[in-house]
Amino acid sequence: MSKEMTGAASLVKSLEAAGVDVMFGIPGGAILPAYDPIFDSKIRHILVRHEQGAGHAATGYAQATGRTGVCIATSGPGATNLVTPLADAQMDSVPMVAITGQVPSAAIGTDAFQEADIRGVTMPITKHNYLITNPADIPRAIAEAFYIASTGRPGPVLVDIAKDALQAMTTFDYPKNIQLAGYKPQTKPSDQSIRDAAALIAQSSKPVFYVGGGAIKANAHKELMQLAELVGAPVVTTLMARGAFPDSHQLHLGMPGMHGTVAAVTALQKSDLLITLGARFDDRVTGKLSSFAVHAKVIHADIDPAEIGKNRFADVPVVGDLMETIKALIPAVQAEFKKSKPDLTAWLRQMFSLRSTYPLGYNHPEDGSVSPQYVIERIGAITGPDAIYVAGVGQHQMWASQFVRYEKPRTWLNSGGLGTMGYAVPAAMGAKVGAPDTTVWAIDGDGCFQMTNQELTTCALNNIPIKVAIINNESLGMVRQWQTMFYEGRYSNTSLHSKRIPDFVKLAEAMGCVGLRCDRTEDVDATIKKANSINDQPVIVDFSVFRDAMVWPMVAAGTSNDEIMIARGLAPDWDSQEL
Amino acid sequence: MSQHTLAVLVENSPGVLARVASLFSRRAYNIDSLAVGPTEDPNISRMTIVLNLEGHVLDQVMAQLYKLVNVIAISEMPAQSTVHRELLLVKVSAQQSAKVHEIVESFEAKIVDEQGGTITIEATGETAHIESLLQALTPLGIKELVQSGLVALERGEAALSDRTLSAQGISTTHALNAQADYQN
Repeated sequence: MSKEMTGAASLVKSLEAAGVDVMFGIPGGAILPAYDPIFDSKIRHILVRHEQGAGHAATGYAQATGRTGVCIATSGPGATNLVTPLADAQMDSVPMVAITGQVPSAAIGTDAFQEADIRGVTMPITKHNYLITNPADIPRAIAEAFYIASTGRPGPVLVDIAKDALQAMTTFDYPKNIQLAGYKPQTKPSDQSIRDAAALIAQSSKPVFYVGGGAIKANAHKELMQLAELVGAPVVTTLMARGAFPDSHQLHLGMPGMHGTVAAVTALQKSDLLITLGARFDDRVTGKLSSFAVHAKVIHADIDPAEIGKNRFADVPVVGDLMETIKALIPAVQAEFKKSKPDLTAWLRQMFSLRSTYPLGYNHPEDGSVSPQYVIERIGAITGPDAIYVAGVGQHQMWASQFVRYEKPRTWLNSGGLGTMGYAVPAAMGAKVGAPDTTVWAIDGDGCFQMTNQELTTCALNNIPIKVAIINNESLGMVRQWQTMFYEGRYSNTSLHSKRIPDFVKLAEAMGCVGLRCDRTEDVDATIKKANSINDQPVIVDFSVFRDAMVWPMVAAGTSNDEIMIARGLAPDWDSQEL
Repeated sequence: MSQHTLAVLVENSPGVLARVASLFSRRAYNIDSLAVGPTEDPNISRMTIVLNLEGHVLDQVMAQLYKLVNVIAISEMPAQSTVHRELLLVKVSAQQSAKVHEIVESFEAKIVDEQGGTITIEATGETAHIESLLQALTPLGIKELVQSGLVALERGEAALSDRTLSAQGISTTHALNAQADYQN
């Protein structure tokens, strides 16, 4: 018979048994019993300033390390403040466990103080969730939560625990193995699907690897490289997959989608076979779905069977873990190639020609102000491919995906699916906690930064020396770009009127960080180097940049990828390309 | 568009109906009817869901449903080899009592209450049968009616729960069967 302890002690022992080394949270009434054993636990608890910060920090930690991120909050507002990070983690398939306190079980349903039905609220935005009222159920719920969050298609799991269950006496019995009747992710792809996929690859003359975030989740980047080189087909990496395949690789055409490269977008459009690996045919990649890659057959490999055929019919569905799938595909493709290997020379020549004719680029502003793209490009070039880059959402995010060169997985973190402004600072904090020896740069907008910058206080107090580049254009830049293009330049409520309000340098100093300012192109390199040289404190750099810079190329929302524009009113010169 | 009947075995746990309803709502799938009740195993409930949709959407519905952790098995009930039943309780005016009795007899329905100028009728059958009965009763003055959702069971020896139940209760192999089901 195991020793008697409180439900709270059982919770903390369960988290320890699950291998948790750090969690981000804020105590409050309903979760308070848990904070007493947390005080004595070997688990590092980082006291954030807002629960949203805890949630995104857990995500940043998970995306940087591959381990499950953990956040903890109290009932009611503490729990509802986790809603955005949970939805974010659900959209981007991030393994996360959120623990929330709930009002005592007798008070549930009475509109008690700080009561919110967080299980009901988060049902559509979690992979699974629990409401625990019996202390004996705590270890099993925690074990199951970590198992569900980290296996199959990863995702967030919320465990809501009533205060009386935390206070009551119970015994600790952590389950050794998990048996879930309704949860058996299929990790091994069927032999038939692998054979069919290999046969299709061997018949194709215009194949392209359409690689999504699943390649990073499955840690399959080495295998991906082998397969890509074996097939010799061009590779495109989506916003969630940047770093899954080196930008420097000859076969890489860059990112597809709304702000993708001409070569990557065109490769998908003109392809006869999409070798889709851990991607989900998101509308930001496909553009108008009915005109997307109309001549292509589709191999769709994904761990989640519900992604197959959701947006685009799959000629060959392959359900399984991507690492196992690619490992099985390599010998199957080799066997097919012994019979016949298609000649991809012409296809590659066309795509490489597009890549060299339409590289990503930008102009320095005529008014002498600093180009935001230049700042971001220099941060990447000076800091190098070993660092982790974390973006918010908007123009700066697109530029960070375009102008930083990614060579390794888990070096590019962003909110792709939900598009959460305010993601960068707390996610960078979580990433730095998970990878303390790695330089972590948050590349943020001035709009995004003002949503969650309070976590810089957390960073300063907890020795989490992240670096933040505020790409300050004094506006909500991406929305402003749409207003320029689609609303005749009527800039309704996108100007942040922020000339030094707030003063980000002073704000940085007030939060115990180093604040730097840069508003001249010739100072950009020196400022970045200075920021890189400070490793004992968080650094915030306020880069004042050109306000009217735009993200190009662009496929306008709802239009066909064939309508890609390389600048305002300017389409690629298709007639000069042999396609 | 065609009608499909899904049998769904779910863990008998709090919130499971809300999870299924929430899934249908957020993915904009329309349900014609949903019936839920206990099974031979107290840990497992069975839902019968009737949907009107295109075939490829059905695959998507089944795959999305199966992602719910509390969903143990899903099967589309084959139209030809399945018994479909609905239950109807209907209260009609007793003014033309003889006519009511005649209709009840011809539809093999049952009178379960007769007082204060009303007759309450119970009927079970396939949807078409229930609809015909209601059509026949309408001119006589329907005061109130209630219908259950459709329930369905496959004919013959096949049993969805064979896959899910073992000596210990819930077995571990049914999930793959369910997966095979919706991939077909």
